[in-house]
Amino acid sequence: MGKTLFEKIWAPHVVRELRDGACLLYIDRHLVHEVTSPQAFDGLRLAGRKIRRPELTFSTMDHNVPTTEDRLDIKDPISRAQVEALQQNCDAFGVNLFGLGDDRQGIVHVIGPELGITLPGLTIVCGDSHTSTHGAFGALAFGIGTSEVEHVLVTQTLVQKKPRTYKVEFTGRPGPHISAKDMVLKMIGTMGTAGGSGHVLEYGGEAVRGLSMEGRMTICNMSIEAGARAGMIAPDDTTFDYITGRERAYAPTGEALDQALTHWRSLPSDADAPFDQTLTIDAGRIAPQITWGTNPGMVGDVDQPIPAPDNAGGYSPSDVRNALAYMGLSPGTKLTDVPLDVVFIGSCTNSRIEDLRQAAAILDGRRKADHVELLVVPGSHQVRLQAEAEGLDRIFKAAGGQWRYAGCSMCLGMNPDQLRPHQRCASTSNRNFEGRQGKGGRTHLVSPEMAAAAAVAGKFVDIRRWLES
Amino acid sequence: MDPFTEHTGIVATLDRANVDTDAIIPKQFLKSIQRTGYGPNAFFDWRYLPDGRPNMDFELNQARFQGRSILVTRNNFGCGSSREHAVWALVQDGYRVVIAPWKEIDGKRLPGFADIFKNNTTKNGMLAIELSETEVDEVFKLVAEHAGLTASVDLPAQRIVFHAPSPRTVGFDIDGRAKAQLLKGLDDIDLTLQYEADISRFESQYDPLNPQA
Ligand code: SF4
Repeated sequence: MGKTLFEKIWAPHVVRELRDGACLLYIDRHLVHEVTSPQAFDGLRLAGRKIRRPELTFSTMDHNVPTTEDRLDIKDPISRAQVEALQQNCDAFGVNLFGLGDDRQGIVHVIGPELGITLPGLTIVCGDSHTSTHGAFGALAFGIGTSEVEHVLVTQTLVQKKPRTYKVEFTGRPGPHISAKDMVLKMIGTMGTAGGSGHVLEYGGEAVRGLSMEGRMTICNMSIEAGARAGMIAPDDTTFDYITGRERAYAPTGEALDQALTHWRSLPSDADAPFDQTLTIDAGRIAPQITWGTNPGMVGDVDQPIPAPDNAGGYSPSDVRNALAYMGLSPGTKLTDVPLDVVFIGSCTNSRIEDLRQAAAILDGRRKADHVELLVVPGSHQVRLQAEAEGLDRIFKAAGGQWRYAGCSMCLGMNPDQLRPHQRCASTSNRNFEGRQGKGGRTHLVSPEMAAAAAVAGKFVDIRRWLES
Repeated sequence: MDPFTEHTGIVATLDRANVDTDAIIPKQFLKSIQRTGYGPNAFFDWRYLPDGRPNMDFELNQARFQGRSILVTRNNFGCGSSREHAVWALVQDGYRVVIAPWKEIDGKRLPGFADIFKNNTTKNGMLAIELSETEVDEVFKLVAEHAGLTASVDLPAQRIVFHAPSPRTVGFDIDGRAKAQLLKGLDDIDLTLQYEADISRFESQYDPLNPQA
């Protein structure tokens, strides 16, 4: 019987089997950011321990960093302390750091692939649930807690139970202006926010193979919003072209690359590999998606009215009532009738160059509505430079948008970019939880094109029709 | 880490599904570089009014739940962000046990807790127990009917007794490894370091870009 991509990565990483079905799993790359690491470094100090493989550990600062011109001068003393703590910890323990002001700084899940740290066949962890992003390269990548961060620092391994596998097949071709974001939101709406629990998702099918690496990262990024341990996509020529298409400091070259390519080509799931579960979604029938509630599973087609509490799929009436009360919405309303205050284009879900190109294509020659604040935040400094080289920054500014520096920004309000209570935001990020973008803020998750169009219209529009009119 | 064997305490209920870790500990408290001080900020946005006074509409603020240490809630608790701060906040706010139901949808069993959250509980000496939806519904009812209801959780026996006038006993399943770890209060890193020689041997023969070699 054939093996899945997941099994082909899992097996060679097992250092030894432990009791009760757990394994000691070797970790190839450990990504670190300032929020979930200080207590782990403290643990090392207290126990007098060292980092086993500092050269496999890569750090950056993203959550706390301001995204304005004066970002190097962090005014919030607590944020500054956290950023400084990472700097000191990396110095003391000899860890690679792409810090604030470094050309390679950015959101951890954007810079990993960009620098060639993320490669097919690797095990990659980070104290951050969106580590699933890196699975787009055919890696096994998942988020861990701070105790596990410390465990990886000391042992370069993790104690893991083998998850189950779940194949998600996107058949057909998505229609015009339907993006990877719409595909994954549709999937979460179908599966529910716990539907993938205990599983590693493998995305496949024509619609996935047709995606760029950016699109694949968007899909894998949100695997965690379906509760999955990880998401992955088999590596193919699109993957290899991305890795070898330009210089990537940590990617192999020459003979090492040739050997790696032979290995990488052997990774895709065998045709007869069994999965524990499967789901098929016809990508040709996906409409632009917008979330209406307070978790990513509370999502629907752009032209559908907001559901009634007793008719909202897997959600209990009281959960829907709570969500709608928080969101300031009522059943039957169409989101295309609801005015917006803020549009945020950014986050590790949608802040890569292709996302910015898509948003810029919509904004080119148009202007945002007066009452809307538009924030465009590249995922890394490299993305920022690339966008500027292509002139995208001028399009955003001419449209009345703010062109920012790299960071998590308004994805979660740990830095100065935050929603005020009751502000309604079209966001390309990944979580519409209560308070996520700022206390009392109301988040609707959408694709970059939908967000850009919403900025112009001042409310949500059906991008497919709006562009024709 | 303190071992967990037996615990008796007041049971509190939180009647919400999909409670995410952003709700358990909002992002502004993640800026701390300490491992302590999170307790009073657990459920912050629900727990306090904008002026800082307790929000008496939030169910966990009810007087009847004063001194509670066992939390009973709905499915998919702890979803979202991997932040271990969520578990630190709950533990430091006095919770030793959380109970949530698994859910069955279309023949598939969805767990009571999100994966990363559950991993984090064990590492902090907190017991996360999954029961069936019917059992959890029953506990909600018991708590509603009996102010100050207490329960005793016996980990070795994998049993909870709810001390209602007619006591109700419920058994639970737990992963063997998590159970052993909780019972002994073991540190994962010490355990793994026993295998240091295995890790070194593995590393000496292993090339991540060409593992078959
Ligand atoms: S962009 Fe948002 S989701 Fe991504 S790492 Fe930053 S805070 Fe987390």
